[in-house]
Amino acid sequence: MTQDTLNFIFIGLSFALYIGIAFRSKAGSTKEYYTAGGGVSPFANGMATAADWMSAATFISMAGTVAISGYDASRFLMGWTGGFVLLTVLMVPYLRKFNKATVPDFVGDRYYSKLARGVAVGCAIFICMTYIMGQMRGVGVVFSQLFGISITSGVITGGAIVFFYAGLGGMKGITYTQVAQYSVMAFAYTIPAIFIAMALTGNVIPQLGLIGNYTAGDEIVPFLQKMNNINTELGFSEYTSGKMSTLNMFCITAALMCGTAGLPHVIVRFFTVKDVRAVRKSACWTLAFIAVIYLTAPTIGAFSRVNLIEKLHDTAYTEAPAWFQEFEETGQMAWVDKNDDGKIQYYGPGMSEAGTFSVFQGKNPDYPTYEAPENQRIGKHGERLLANKADDSNPNELWFGNDIMVMANPHMAGLPMWVIALLMAGCIAAALSTAAGLLLVLSTSISHDLMKKILKPDLTDKEEVNYARFASFVALAVAVYFGINPPSAFIAKTVAFAFGLAASSFFPTLLMGIFSSRMNKQGAISGMIAGILFTFSYITYFQFLDGTPDQYLFGITPEGIGFVGMLVNFAVAFAVNAFTPRPPEHIIEMVENIHIPSSSTEKEKQDFEI
Amino acid sequence: MQNDNARAHRKSCLRLTLALLAVWFFISYGCSILLRDWLDVNFPSVGNAPFGFWMAQQGSIIGFILILVTYAFLMNRLDNKHGYTKEK
Repeated sequence: MTQDTLNFIFIGLSFALYIGIAFRSKAGSTKEYYTAGGGVSPFANGMATAADWMSAATFISMAGTVAISGYDASRFLMGWTGGFVLLTVLMVPYLRKFNKATVPDFVGDRYYSKLARGVAVGCAIFICMTYIMGQMRGVGVVFSQLFGISITSGVITGGAIVFFYAGLGGMKGITYTQVAQYSVMAFAYTIPAIFIAMALTGNVIPQLGLIGNYTAGDEIVPFLQKMNNINTELGFSEYTSGKMSTLNMFCITAALMCGTAGLPHVIVRFFTVKDVRAVRKSACWTLAFIAVIYLTAPTIGAFSRVNLIEKLHDTAYTEAPAWFQEFEETGQMAWVDKNDDGKIQYYGPGMSEAGTFSVFQGKNPDYPTYEAPENQRIGKHGERLLANKADDSNPNELWFGNDIMVMANPHMAGLPMWVIALLMAGCIAAALSTAAGLLLVLSTSISHDLMKKILKPDLTDKEEVNYARFASFVALAVAVYFGINPPSAFIAKTVAFAFGLAASSFFPTLLMGIFSSRMNKQGAISGMIAGILFTFSYITYFQFLDGTPDQYLFGITPEGIGFVGMLVNFAVAFAVNAFTPRPPEHIIEMVENIHIPSSSTEKEKQDFEI
Repeated sequence: MQNDNARAHRKSCLRLTLALLAVWFFISYGCSILLRDWLDVNFPSVGNAPFGFWMAQQGSIIGFILILVTYAFLMNRLDNKHGYTKEK
């Protein structure tokens, strides 16, 4: 059986499962559509949230980022898990008690203003949209590699599948689909790691292997020692030290953490459980499930880096392992023979963030068209040639995309074909589950908060669900368009964008809404607008216009600017609040009330007020 | 009476939250970023990994889970103490 057939079988089976689940749990009412009826068990909700949370970028690129930047990549590991602590202790129990289905709903009611609701809807749409575009792009890339179709058709296929089960099943459908998707992802991620850990360190548990010994070489050395040695020998910075400034590391980690705590699609996931107690329990499960993947990522990164260097560095191209050519074919790896010795040389600092010290000029490889004459496409050793000119200012000859570490891992370790098929299925599951979760938030923000609460208050329940389905169709169409024509070359860049915006808009507004009963609408609205404008313009200027790194504010990269935006939001909100009238009495009472978990004397409201 | 109870509950809840956030700050920003260099040198290594590096890549994540478990456990106890247990 060939690899392609196996891939088809694994992916086909997983799709059949997802769609079957979506069909069985078709949503009828708005309550089921928005919050799955509110009775999902904490365990299942934890799994679903974990799947929702783990995007294609996390699943495919994170281990690669760790492999390339070692300690510096801890900002992602900590940022994306530590945010859950903030989310759980500061946000969701109170928002759940408030009993509304969406985040803009809370903002609108708490700040007693349609304008606040409108701004929140705008932020939610923007955050979800930037995020979902990256996912659709990811789906398209995987599909195109898998089925040999163009990225365009890949994105469209992915979009159709997402629409089918998110639009049809609503929250109820995606919750149970995501449970299945999480299982696929977790197996797909950890199984290759276990095999490789056994091969390199003789330890079955990858996490212990990383801090254990390297046993595959001639002598037994501590694994991280080995890692540091090969890094410094080749001219990279020490793996365990990193080279990012402490301030930058701090700001980026903080922006990612606060962004996580302000992401609307993660917050609403906790509205699907029964009560505040279940929310806390569910958060524990969520983080535990996420940790399964996040504790494995650093091990995959380190192991595959050793594997990659040991197998490729100073190896003649003609003797390089077969997978190298497969990845050249798909444009994930490239070799430029600068010194003309027919051997692959990999030297640091390699691909840096600024894009300098690259193998070739420009950031991404560029290939001649298929119609080009053969001597422009194929080199004398049989390698795939690039259209980019070689950058001779450094001796490095090997280029690879971040994504390669996870995808090439089973190949590098010589694992059985079904593991590779499983990995493919896991990767698609990661992209689809996140896209579906985001799509749902987007469509509910439009149908519930924009249509029902602002534009057309007399909508019936049924009309509202139909509006939600229609909105998800439109949103998806836009996402597909941007998935085909991405505004930024890097998926990760757009995702960083979403986090910065969430950190600078929702996080402070929600936090003040919950913990400061004196915060009024003028303060919150001006804070939200100031925070998001600041962050948006900073990121746009440096990522998409012609900003250069030496113009950074205190040297903070666009990735970390969300943290500063958040401080701006707080400062503006409190300043404006001091000069404007205090909120009405019933709002203050309402804020007091969300701090009471549930009462034995007063009967708890069972239903959502939708 | 009900009001005093709610206020006492809110106060203990806030104290617990702040204590847990202090731990959260210490293990992530403290151990893994601000004090890392010092910890790498002066603390016993975990397996073969320097302490600060290990905290950044594995320790803090394990710590986060423990924080959430502690939070769920203590908050439930606090709710019970103040009579906010849901009727069966």
